[in-house]
Amino acid sequence: MKRLLETINSLDRRYIFLFIGLAVSLPLFFPIGIKFTVTHPVQGFYNTIEKVPNGSKILMSCDYDPGSAPELYPMTISALEQMFKKDLKVVITCLWPAGPPLVEKALAHVTPQYHKQPGIDYVNLGFKEGREVVMVSMGASIPNTFPTDYQGKPVSQIPIMQGVTNFKDVAMIVNISAGYPGTKEWVQQVQSRYQIDLVAGCTAVSAPEFYPYYQTGQLKGLLGGMKGAAEYEKLVGFKGLGTRGMDAQSISHLTVFLFILIGNLAYFALRFWKGKASR
Amino acid sequence: MRKEVPLIITFLAGTFFIADYFIPHSGFSKMAESVNGWTIIVIAFSYILGVANVARVNLDQIQKGSKDKFYKIILLVCLFFMSIAGIVWGIQGGSVFDWFFLNVYYPMQSTMFALLAFYIASAAFRAFRIRSIQAALLAITAVLVMIGRVPVGEAIWKDFSIFSEWIMNVPQLAGKRAILIGAALGAISTGLKVIAGLERTHLGQD
Repeated sequence: MKRLLETINSLDRRYIFLFIGLAVSLPLFFPIGIKFTVTHPVQGFYNTIEKVPNGSKILMSCDYDPGSAPELYPMTISALEQMFKKDLKVVITCLWPAGPPLVEKALAHVTPQYHKQPGIDYVNLGFKEGREVVMVSMGASIPNTFPTDYQGKPVSQIPIMQGVTNFKDVAMIVNISAGYPGTKEWVQQVQSRYQIDLVAGCTAVSAPEFYPYYQTGQLKGLLGGMKGAAEYEKLVGFKGLGTRGMDAQSISHLTVFLFILIGNLAYFALRFWKGKASR
Repeated sequence: MRKEVPLIITFLAGTFFIADYFIPHSGFSKMAESVNGWTIIVIAFSYILGVANVARVNLDQIQKGSKDKFYKIILLVCLFFMSIAGIVWGIQGGSVFDWFFLNVYYPMQSTMFALLAFYIASAAFRAFRIRSIQAALLAITAVLVMIGRVPVGEAIWKDFSIFSEWIMNVPQLAGKRAILIGAALGAISTGLKVIAGLERTHLGQD
């Protein structure tokens, strides 16, 4: 018994890797479909976009790279779905260099079903280096900050950009962010300065950082990680990558919990055993 | 002069951007717009310095016959191949650059990130041992949030997600806000010291 407890207490991490691998992969092949409800921050994200009048222009900043795409790409897809359903015009920028190809991929996935035209219904302005300086610069002039789109076409020749000078000409900002520069900088440099509605989607690990901004109303809505993406997909009305990942995430979290529980039981049993032996 | 000129530039730039935040005058905004343009150009040029530095450090290691020289050769080949592909054929959808990004860089970076799940699970198994009251609080809260923020939590108890949201909205938020306010006050004080020339570490001095 003591030997078994010692084995558990110093368990080879490869066993943990094996169980986590199974916990993540099996639900992807054999979905369970565990039900879930929508939380307030996600409802806020959805409602803020819903309140925007149809046909308005929205600025969307996709500040992430492939490393966080499993969590943030589903949010990008769902946000585009909701905005195109409402016939909103979407101006997309990126403050992370690896962002624009991901935006292109998301647009190629969503736009055909809504028959949206590049340059008329949406535009991908691509990446601009400069972090917060780019945000501040956009406050003065978006066309001067992004003189061409991702394909190299001058913004003066893009119909959707006609009448867009700065943040005053967009109804709100949607930010999908994996870190710096991202949501925190959009709040500090743009929302607090220009008093524009801002909603954000972020990785689960960075969500706690943005709760203060959500509670103060500086963020009107917040999607945290894949669960946030899944809840948002439920509101938008389709089952996407976020929903499909929920079973895997549920079972893997349960597995981690069981490992923590077993590790502690073994730890306390060994302590009790050693205490008894020393008496 | 080697000290004074950078200090004067820091003072002027710092006060200018603080003033820009509070002065809504259009003339001032136009001036700030130009200065922002310079900043973006300077930052973009720093990438060239970055690439030159990576090339210099790695070429030096290759010449010295470092045991990692094959990795360094791969790094430099990839760096220059992607740069040339982007400059010559463009970076738009369907280009060579785009193909390599979506079919090589994307899966590799996603794989690296996915490995995190395994290391976090292994670390949680060892780190969440209840050795003290503080460790008990940390472990219990972590487990409640971890289970409450996935659908299985609601399957166990229907209000689990509400309870988990309460943890995020009340105790977590209180701690986070205290840290944020503290950090912000620290940033203001450091910023003022840099502008006033009292803090000079950015000039490479103590």
